[in-house]
Parts: sequence; C-alpha cells; structure tokens
Amino acid sequence: MFTIDQYIKAESLEQAYSLNQKKTATILGGCGWLKMGNRSIRTAIDLSGLGLDKIEETETEFKLGCMVTLRQIETNDGINNYFGDSVRECLRHIVGVQFRNCVTIGGSIWGRFGFSDPLTLFLALDADVKLYHAGIVKLSDFVKMPYDRDILTHVILPKKKQKTYYITHRATETDFPVIACAVSKLPEDFTDNGFRVAVGARPQRASIVLDADGILNDGITEESAKKFADYVADSLNFSSNIRGSADFRHHLTRVLVRRALLAMNQEG
Amino acid sequence: MAKILISFTLNGKKIEDAVSPDQPLLEYVREKGCRSVKRGCETSNCGLCTVLMDGKPVLSCTMLAVRADGHEIITLEGKQSKAEEIGSYLANEGAEQCGFCSPGLIMNIIAMENELKNPSEYEIREYLAGNLCRCTGYVSQLRAIKAYLASKEER
Repeated sequence: MFTIDQYIKAESLEQAYSLNQKKTATILGGCGWLKMGNRSIRTAIDLSGLGLDKIEETETEFKLGCMVTLRQIETNDGINNYFGDSVRECLRHIVGVQFRNCVTIGGSIWGRFGFSDPLTLFLALDADVKLYHAGIVKLSDFVKMPYDRDILTHVILPKKKQKTYYITHRATETDFPVIACAVSKLPEDFTDNGFRVAVGARPQRASIVLDADGILNDGITEESAKKFADYVADSLNFSSNIRGSADFRHHLTRVLVRRALLAMNQEG
Repeated sequence: MAKILISFTLNGKKIEDAVSPDQPLLEYVREKGCRSVKRGCETSNCGLCTVLMDGKPVLSCTMLAVRADGHEIITLEGKQSKAEEIGSYLANEGAEQCGFCSPGLIMNIIAMENELKNPSEYEIREYLAGNLCRCTGYVSQLRAIKAYLASKEER
C-alpha cells in the first residue's frame, strides 16, 4: 500500500497540473493499481471534485471524463447501443463489479498497462485522449509516449460507424488476459482499407496493426481472415510471463484474431 | 501527515472525522466497529471488503476513506435484517463453511438485487464473479441465491 503525506482535492485542472509538476506528486485514479505498490507519495492530487466523472455523448463522439468508472462505461446505454457488445465485453471480465465501481478510465488509459483491456479495444476504435497541457492526442500515439507530468482529462471514442469485436483468452475468469484482441473496421479512405487489429497483454502494452498489404481488401472470408490473423501474429513481438509463453501468445493471436474477424463479419 | 476532515454517513449515522489521507475505507470502518468488513486478499480481488457507497458496491480496501466525504456508506452492520434473511438461505443450503467471505457476498447480493431485475443464472454468476470463496465451489451459494430470489418473487 502507498503512503500519502499531503492530500489535495484539486479545485481546478490548472492547480492540479501545477502541483503535478513535482516528481513526488501523483494523480489519484481509482487506486486499484496504485495500491499494489509501496510508493511514498508526497502530494496526492484528487481530481474527483472537478466534474470529470461524466460521459458526454455528442453527434460525433463519446467523451469520457478521466474519473468515469469502468462500470459507468459498461452500463452506459449510449455506448452499448453504438458499439454493440464490444465495450461491455472488454470490461465485464475485469475482477468484479465492486472493482469496476472503483477504478477509473483515466487511470486505466494513463497507466498504459500491458494487461489493459480498454486500452486494447480503444486503440482499435481509433480513440483519442485529451491531455490538459498537450491537448488532443491520438491514442495510438499516446500509447507510445513516455510518462510525463501532464494530466489525462478525457478519453474520446469517436463515432465512426466502427464495426468491432473484442475477444480475450483468460486462464480463469476475472484474471488478467493471457492475450487480448480487438478488431474493428473503420471507414476506408484512399490510403487505408480501415481494418484495425489491436493486440494487448502480449504481455507488453497493446499495439495496433493495419492491413498495409490489403489482405482484407476483398472482404473477410475464412481464408482472408486466417491470412490476416497470421500476418498480425507475425508482425508483433510476444514475451513469456507467469500467464503464458511467447509461443502460446503467438498461437492464440492467430486463432483469436481470425475468430474475431469472422465474428465481426457475421454480426454485420 | 495532515489529516483530512470528512463528513459522511455510516449506516445511517452522520459522522464528521479527521482521517489520514492514505487510510483505506476498510480500516476506517473497522475502527468504527464494522467488523463484518474483511480484508481477504490485499490485491483488490476477493470482494470480502464490499460495502455500498451511495447504493453501489465498492471495494473498501481500494477506496480511500477521504473519498467517503459527502457519501453514504453502508456495511453489513447497517443491513442486519437483510443479512439474516440471506444468511439463512446460505445456511440452509450448506453454503457456509468458514463463513469469512459471507459478509462481502451478502453485500454484493444486496447490490445485485437493487440493480438487476430477475437475473438469470448467467447474470448472477457474472455479477458475483468478484466475490471469491476458497472453501466451496459456489454451487451451494448459487442454489441459496436462486432460492432467496425466488422467495422474493413469490412475496
């Protein structure tokens, strides 16, 4: 468990940002991961008084405040109507309802944890993050950025008529995933046929793979899905840990990406 | 370490107190006599420390006491008659062995009752997946929960 010398419930983001410039300061999310360590926190900054616990839906996006809990997202009708079962599927295996009522999307995404289910799915959905200082950044860029002293204020899920499917392999229910796969289809443009596959828990943080060779240009069939899944698995690096070996994860990726593509196609 | 003044209700009783900012709600409510709230795992996984915050189940081992400020917290001590009723169903089905996990389970059953209407077995299992029991295989608990929910339907 961490220790806190000084606790400040921020009255503005400017105040929080200014306090957070010291390395001994920490922004508190839901504390689900933070409590697993023994960090000595000089100044703990709580953003829970800033109204960042709301999900706003506009014509073009869902804007999730950083203090929105995973359970709020999982039970949000607007999100579930728009993205089908994928968002709920990516959240419902995470520990339990009580845990998901505590932990925040800001903490999950800021942490860029390798095991993160929402990071994996949101990458495939082409999400953005809003940082207090740096402004709006593509999640696919943010995931590669080093940790700095900025504050993640929102996660933005754009409405791009994404078709999507999320699937994981877990050693047991409520555990971290052994591998997490999200596939989606965005509108195509002249450079890109719109297919996105994000693979997380490799166990490194999630990475995204595009269909640069146009394997799926003629649509998803048993054959093209298998070929693209093999391509994805061979494009990524995998490592071993207590939950599985690199080889097992590589194999699972081939199977799950294929299944996810076929399932997404079937759901229409 | 500067203590922080908080004001909240615990089982219907208004409390104003100064708390350490790094004290989990679990430890605080136990100090206030709510000994039903248990620490089982240290990793936010077992659900034994479940309390209701504004009616929603949360892990009191993960929730800081300072964050109870302005909220309503209910532990099993504040739900005695309900706890006895659900507890009797668990006992009748032989679902109790050591009983250490029962308070957290009962709190989450109460939360589930408030949130889900006529849950299926699948929904019950999903809602209660974060409540671990190391004595049993959950089969007798599931029987007890179904019997309890069915008895409510009949009333």
